[in-house]
Amino acid sequence: MSVPLESVTLRVNGAERAVRVEPRRTLLDALRLDLGLTGAKKACDMGNCGACTVLLDGRAVYACLLLAIDCAGREIATVEGLHDDPLQRAFIEADAFQCGFCTPGQIMSLKALFSRTPAPSDEEIVRAVSGNLCRCGAYRNIVRAARIAAGRR
Amino acid sequence: MRAFAYSRPASLDEALALLGASARPLAGGTDLLTLMKADLLAPERLVAIAPLLPSGIARDAEGVTIGAATTLADIERDPTLAQRFTALGQAAGVAATPQLRNMATLGGNLLQRPRCWYFRNRLAQCWLKGGTACHAREGENRQHALFGGSGCVAVHPSDLAPALLAFGASARVRGAHGERIVPLEEFFSLPTGERRSETRLRDGELVLQVSMPSYPEETRSLYLKEMDRRAFAFALASVAAVVRVSARQRIGHVRLVLGGVAPIPWRAHGAERVLLGEEADERLIEAAADAAAEGAVPLKGNAFKLPLLKALARRALRSLLL
Repeated sequence: MSVPLESVTLRVNGAERAVRVEPRRTLLDALRLDLGLTGAKKACDMGNCGACTVLLDGRAVYACLLLAIDCAGREIATVEGLHDDPLQRAFIEADAFQCGFCTPGQIMSLKALFSRTPAPSDEEIVRAVSGNLCRCGAYRNIVRAARIAAGRR
Repeated sequence: MRAFAYSRPASLDEALALLGASARPLAGGTDLLTLMKADLLAPERLVAIAPLLPSGIARDAEGVTIGAATTLADIERDPTLAQRFTALGQAAGVAATPQLRNMATLGGNLLQRPRCWYFRNRLAQCWLKGGTACHAREGENRQHALFGGSGCVAVHPSDLAPALLAFGASARVRGAHGERIVPLEEFFSLPTGERRSETRLRDGELVLQVSMPSYPEETRSLYLKEMDRRAFAFALASVAAVVRVSARQRIGHVRLVLGGVAPIPWRAHGAERVLLGEEADERLIEAAADAAAEGAVPLKGNAFKLPLLKALARRALRSLLL
């Protein structure tokens, strides 16, 4: 089945980016393949891992289960939009990763939490990253990093 | 995922005219896209309905009405639901993950297909997909059904459905020929030879909204869910309980609905009969928990769900009644 390409303008990290995509293009593939933003990772591609987490209008979502054309005109934030963010510094300080593959997703989930709740409790932190798997098992240090970013050491 | 055309109709009527066997409605997409990626569905067209469906939570004297496009996150955070329909808010809060709750809609949650590994495997032509045998019955069935497994032993994956059933909710559905109100107890129906699906929603019909009647203020409710891990998993077993104790300490109203143990949300009529009109004590709750497990037909791998289910029923009833 051949389907014409659709012109879609994605607003990513504050900049408008025009892409021409098939309707079946997921937001994740549009970010990675059309826009070269490879921070959001493609791991399970089924909503089972969280490695593709980005923010859509400020809320954490799985980019692998969204169609790019459904995201036109909405505010998309990826890890590439962060620059020396306190969360990034805290991840380094707490050694909150081993292989690093899940890290962009973990950070974006926490970014969504911190934008609403600047000093979250441990319970809120654990809940915010409950949709992000870490196969290396760096969970303790991920929570410690978030605690540091929340001002608790 | 196979290629498809995409339509963004301007009205519900326009959307309904497009829908059919080869054109599927798309709202949150969190189940539909996984079915398409697994090649279990290959629609020629997706019809974007999220902007057209009712969204939001409205309360009036009759009760509460929730639009089909309302996200699970909105249901989880709603203060009215938390206070008066506690079990529903709790169910939304323990479903899936924060990301999925931000995306998934109420309508899609009720209509999601089972997570049975045979059903989800394209190469397994199981009974639910039109085949002749349920592979899980003799195969790997640790997560499968204790009740209602005549044709298919997959369990219904929704957390919201047991809670909504416990509150006596009804769905307003609309097709090309008009609207109808369907109590969720009829909406969910064991799949049959002619209808290999968990609901009575007809082809081309959409769920518009779900309504719950109002309950007296002293009504209390609870949703408890047991998973293989603390989050990001479907229920091994769950219990939604709604009770009201009358002035003379008698149980004046009770509904107990089980999740994760049948192809549809499963009402524990036997347990309700044990409780109704009685004064609650440990002995009564024990008898009700036993009654909740009556009629169960455990499979080779899932007998562990029986004590789990009884423990959940006991814990829920103790918390609400003692």
